[in-house]
Amino acid sequence: MNLQINQDQINETYELNLTGEVDAYTAPKLKEVMLPLTEKEGNIVIVDLSGIEYMDSTGLGIFVGALKSSKANHSSLKLRGMTERVKRIFEITGLTEVMDIESGVKGEAL
Amino acid sequence: MRTASDYIEMKVPAKPDYVGVVRLTISGLANRMGFAFDEIEDIKIAVSEAVTNVVNHAYTDTEDKGQVRIGCNIYDDRMEITVVDQGKSFDVESISKNLGPVDGKSVDQLHEGGLGLFLIDTLMDKVEISSEAGVVVMMTKYLHRDEVEEHVDRISPAPSQ
Repeated sequence: MNLQINQDQINETYELNLTGEVDAYTAPKLKEVMLPLTEKEGNIVIVDLSGIEYMDSTGLGIFVGALKSSKANHSSLKLRGMTERVKRIFEITGLTEVMDIESGVKGEAL
Repeated sequence: MRTASDYIEMKVPAKPDYVGVVRLTISGLANRMGFAFDEIEDIKIAVSEAVTNVVNHAYTDTEDKGQVRIGCNIYDDRMEITVVDQGKSFDVESISKNLGPVDGKSVDQLHEGGLGLFLIDTLMDKVEISSEAGVVVMMTKYLHRDEVEEHVDRISPAPSQ
């Protein structure tokens, strides 16, 4: 019942790899890391969700907040590596239409 | 046959720290009842949403965060989960009006909250909410295991022609 966030940076591209659960308990931590990255113009924030085992509306809310921030600050936010479960709640809530979601999981070897 | 056989109740502090504990417990019960993996995931989200609502909306006036009570009735054909707070009720009607997916809204119009009740409504088979003294959310998920078995039985005999 925890969330691990690993961050890589190459120039203005930030990659966040999330592992674990995003709920009311762990979401503030995600917000704290992700939101400031979206606030700088030109930043590209890529969030890899392939390690997420559970997410609910609190997590969706954090991504909505980050998306708004990226639009307001002219940065970009991309999500990738969603598992079927996570993809489902993005679809049910209609967020797949407004979010930049890359389908397919990235190769494990890096 | 359709009477409640078992009742389980939990009471936890209305803090984010305990949402996961409730979710895991309910998940264990649903697993024991024989729900399918996807159904268990749906139940986990719905219960977390209900408890998170209490954590976020109830008890805001006092420093004491209060308690949230989760009751779980186990029937042979369904699971009925009740989430109760004794705190300040939120305005269920105004929230219900705003229920719905993001459909056609621009990014500016999106809210960071408000998807919780919509998800509960979508993921569970039956949902009732009342807000007289505190808020009560009662949600039901039906077991479909028996239907599948009956169906399998029905088609298993070889056709006579």
